[in-house]
Amino acid sequence: MENFIYHRPTKPADAVKAMKDAADGKFLSGGMTLLPTMKQGLASPSDIIDLGGLGNSGVEVGADKVTVKAGTVHANVAIDKGVKKAIPALAALAGGIGDPHVRNRGTIGGSIANNDPAADYPAAVVGLNATVVTSARSVPGDKFFTDIFTTALKDDEIVTAVEFPVPKRAAYVKFPNPASRYAMVGVMVAELKDGSVRVAVTGAGPKVFRVPEMEKALEANFSADAIGGIKVKASGLNSDMHASPEYRAHLVTVLARRAVAAAK
Amino acid sequence: MDTGIGARVKRKEDHRFITGKGQYTDDINLKDQTYAYFVRSPHAHATIKSIKEPEWAPEDGVVAVFTGEHVAEDKIGGLICGWMIHSKDGSPMKAGPHPILAQGKARYVGDHVAVVIAETKEQAKAAAARVDVTYGVLPHVVDVAKATKSKAQIHDVAPDNTVFEWSLGDKAATEAAFQRAHHVTKLDLVNNRLIPNAMEPRAAIGSYDSGSDHYTLYTTSQNPHVARLVISAFHGLAPEHKLRVIAPDVGGGFGSKIFIYAEEVVCVWASKRIGGRPIKWTAERTESFLADAHGRDHVTHAELAMDKDGHILGLKCHTLASMGAYLSTFASCVPTYLYATLLSGQYAIPAIYAEVDAIYTNTAPVDAYRGAGRPEATYLVERIVETAAREMKIDPAEFRRRNFVTTFPHQTPVIMTYDAGDYDASLKKALEISDYKGFPARKAAAAKQGKLRGIGFANYIEACGIAPSAAVGSLGAGVGLWESAEVRVNPVGTIEVLTGSHSHGQGHETTFAQLVSDRLGVDINSVAIVHGDTDKVQFGMGTYGSRSGAVGMSAISKALDKVEAKARKIAAHVMEAAEGDIEFKNGSFSVKGTDKKMAFGEVALAAYVAHKFPTSEIEPGLKETAFYDPSNFTFPAGCHICEVEIDSETGVTEIVSWTAVDDFGTVINPMIVEGQVHGGITQGIGQALTEGCVYDSESGQLLTGSYMDYCMPRATDVPSFKLGFTETKCPSNPLGMKGCGEAGAIAAPAAVMNAMTDALGVKDLAMPASPHTVWKTLQATKMAAE
Repeated sequence: MENFIYHRPTKPADAVKAMKDAADGKFLSGGMTLLPTMKQGLASPSDIIDLGGLGNSGVEVGADKVTVKAGTVHANVAIDKGVKKAIPALAALAGGIGDPHVRNRGTIGGSIANNDPAADYPAAVVGLNATVVTSARSVPGDKFFTDIFTTALKDDEIVTAVEFPVPKRAAYVKFPNPASRYAMVGVMVAELKDGSVRVAVTGAGPKVFRVPEMEKALEANFSADAIGGIKVKASGLNSDMHASPEYRAHLVTVLARRAVAAAK
Repeated sequence: MDTGIGARVKRKEDHRFITGKGQYTDDINLKDQTYAYFVRSPHAHATIKSIKEPEWAPEDGVVAVFTGEHVAEDKIGGLICGWMIHSKDGSPMKAGPHPILAQGKARYVGDHVAVVIAETKEQAKAAAARVDVTYGVLPHVVDVAKATKSKAQIHDVAPDNTVFEWSLGDKAATEAAFQRAHHVTKLDLVNNRLIPNAMEPRAAIGSYDSGSDHYTLYTTSQNPHVARLVISAFHGLAPEHKLRVIAPDVGGGFGSKIFIYAEEVVCVWASKRIGGRPIKWTAERTESFLADAHGRDHVTHAELAMDKDGHILGLKCHTLASMGAYLSTFASCVPTYLYATLLSGQYAIPAIYAEVDAIYTNTAPVDAYRGAGRPEATYLVERIVETAAREMKIDPAEFRRRNFVTTFPHQTPVIMTYDAGDYDASLKKALEISDYKGFPARKAAAAKQGKLRGIGFANYIEACGIAPSAAVGSLGAGVGLWESAEVRVNPVGTIEVLTGSHSHGQGHETTFAQLVSDRLGVDINSVAIVHGDTDKVQFGMGTYGSRSGAVGMSAISKALDKVEAKARKIAAHVMEAAEGDIEFKNGSFSVKGTDKKMAFGEVALAAYVAHKFPTSEIEPGLKETAFYDPSNFTFPAGCHICEVEIDSETGVTEIVSWTAVDDFGTVINPMIVEGQVHGGITQGIGQALTEGCVYDSESGQLLTGSYMDYCMPRATDVPSFKLGFTETKCPSNPLGMKGCGEAGAIAAPAAVMNAMTDALGVKDLAMPASPHTVWKTLQATKMAAE
């Protein structure tokens, strides 16, 4: 690991300023991806701006909305009684990320800002029609994840919270990569309070994506059978030694059906 | 509390391990220590055109950079392969040079090209990245099945990359058996390459003392004396009395720490070059993946001939065994004498013929890994026997029973003489424990849940305690395979046992002490087991091949015999009785028909005080040494039955039931033995379902270079094991022990894959049978049916 200048601002504005002033700065939240990458010499930022000093952590559960502050670790979302009651699918998703070490260090803000194609949270943000609140604005979940490891965030913009509307019912089903336990495919299915349905898939493609055909079918008939015959195209899906695009495409349908059956 | 043979004594060593008080090589730091980091080849095959150092600044902390040229200057010999194999045509195996730092060429990704020694580990690593090596990239080959026809020419001495073409058995008799066959079953098998993954990575500290012209090497070794012998005799670093090798606590090895590796030798050699400052190296996990010796990697075609009743008439096979880019320390014996000699399995097979071609590829060296040849043999025999039974529509248990060896000793056509066993007993017990009769109902119930349920057997036999020395010598071994022990009784009756075995997780400090406690009737806590230091233990052969019980403890047993015999003499003098009237029981010497008695400790004190016996006849003191050379291998055997359920939608496999009935002969500590069985099966399940080393054929890069891609089995991947034991004593050693360390890993892959192929209704399925592989098989089956 190379040397870097370490900052620990206590105000968002100071964090943004530190980033603007840095030659090649990086925001640090849980560090679950950034630190291993630096240790392997794959990243050597000039400045690390640790967002831990912002104290921006915690969950607020309202009648229609669950707000998770950006610095909240996954473990705290997973065990939050309010989240478990309002959006059990979200609590379950957070409780299935990584391992206990990761869940007690990794944060929602860090996860979505990194936008790993195999991360779980993007499926929740898109599948539950969440809004990402940043230091500058609010971004609809659908517009936030722009490409592999790329988001709508500007270089000096910080995620401050994610607002999840409370759905009528939802479930997240993940097929973990056998080795890494990242999502090889993960599907969030949610029926929102306005009756619309969202099917969001992570792990299968370069970034999270929705399956409109399934959403339409489920809006007409929210049952596993309604989507049994709907296949996503394999072309463009991820390919590695653990799964071909065809296998991932197949799993999307299987997991979506299981998510529909499990939705509550 | 019973602490003798057969007692479930809690492991004495565990308190220090689980409280972080173990002393592993990396825990040791010597004065003025420096750190080594290796420059490794990024190419699978390349000439080394030049190695240039930048101008180092003082803050770089660089002490020295060494390359193969420095090694040559000092005339340090290359790494050796200690078992000579001759090809069918009588020619010796083609061992290419294996310098401790590459000379002229790098032959696999991760090959050790240069070493940087610096004040800190971080400085060594940073400096290594700045050493400028110019490579000339050469064609490479990583796939053993393609290597003989590849453009890559890995070693000049081995045209077509062939190390040897070896055979065992009677070809003509086997062909004749196939001529008579009613049915022939044919099978193509790949035994997937595995990466060992000991918890503790390899590490070394080498130091040189110019005052006494003496070297010391701390290293993660399963056999420090063999390391000293090889470094002394073959690398030519120093005579044995000028070299001390210490293997302190060692955190797992599975075979991978048997071998003498370049990095360790470099540390001890280079210490003198830098004026005697110690040099420490601890492998990063990535280096373990790249440069620890791998296991397995066989491609085999096998055929089995049967008469009309399903009696096996003959077996033949042709195996391609990858050796990797160099011959590692014992690489050549693994696919030969540890493999083909077990191809008779538990069965009376009249004729066997095996051909094995050992082949270089541009990959990490392949050597012994938990089971070493016997898992490959068991996989072949048990997969083809199961397939033959299915093809002949004979129940697989019945098919096996018809062919079992039932009389002992039994001479197989492939060298081995099985000394004792009762294969039907273990099968019968396993059928009972697993409720074999209830399987069809379980399969039907699973089908209702959309699950494909299958059952598979592995009736394995293996050979431990490789011996006797004269026999293995005649087969090409460069060493004898006996073991030594020294029992030192202190004047107050406490005991130190010095053993040439070495524990890297097996619990010797407990089980060996149990033997002493049992034999001498002393408290187990007054027994200490000393191992792993060539300055303490005179010589020994180390721990591998499940030998430490059958061979190591037999040596201790022999030394204990001598201690007891001498103690009897002394007790007789002290109690003024005839030696023939002395009885020794429960730690007490007594005179028959009297109330005279002495505790063992009192006799020990008498031996050292030496007041009451004639020292002209009996030397003072109580310390005895024994060397034990077994008269035969031991033959553990058993029956494992695995049941799987496959989710036909996702291809995910769950192992829902596992029965293991093993015959290990005498069991010293059932708790430790059960742990060995659990661990062995889990490793075998890993090979069958999750683990597979993958090199990219185009780039030659190791694709499974971290736990992100190399899938170790986890606790959730294995069921609660149902264990049973049968016991036939091993007749060739005094304790009747056979060995238990590798059996699980030997039996498990075949049991899993027989269950998988049963569930899927297919003849073959590649390991590791990952969900993706299973799904593809299901798709192909579905397409074939449509």
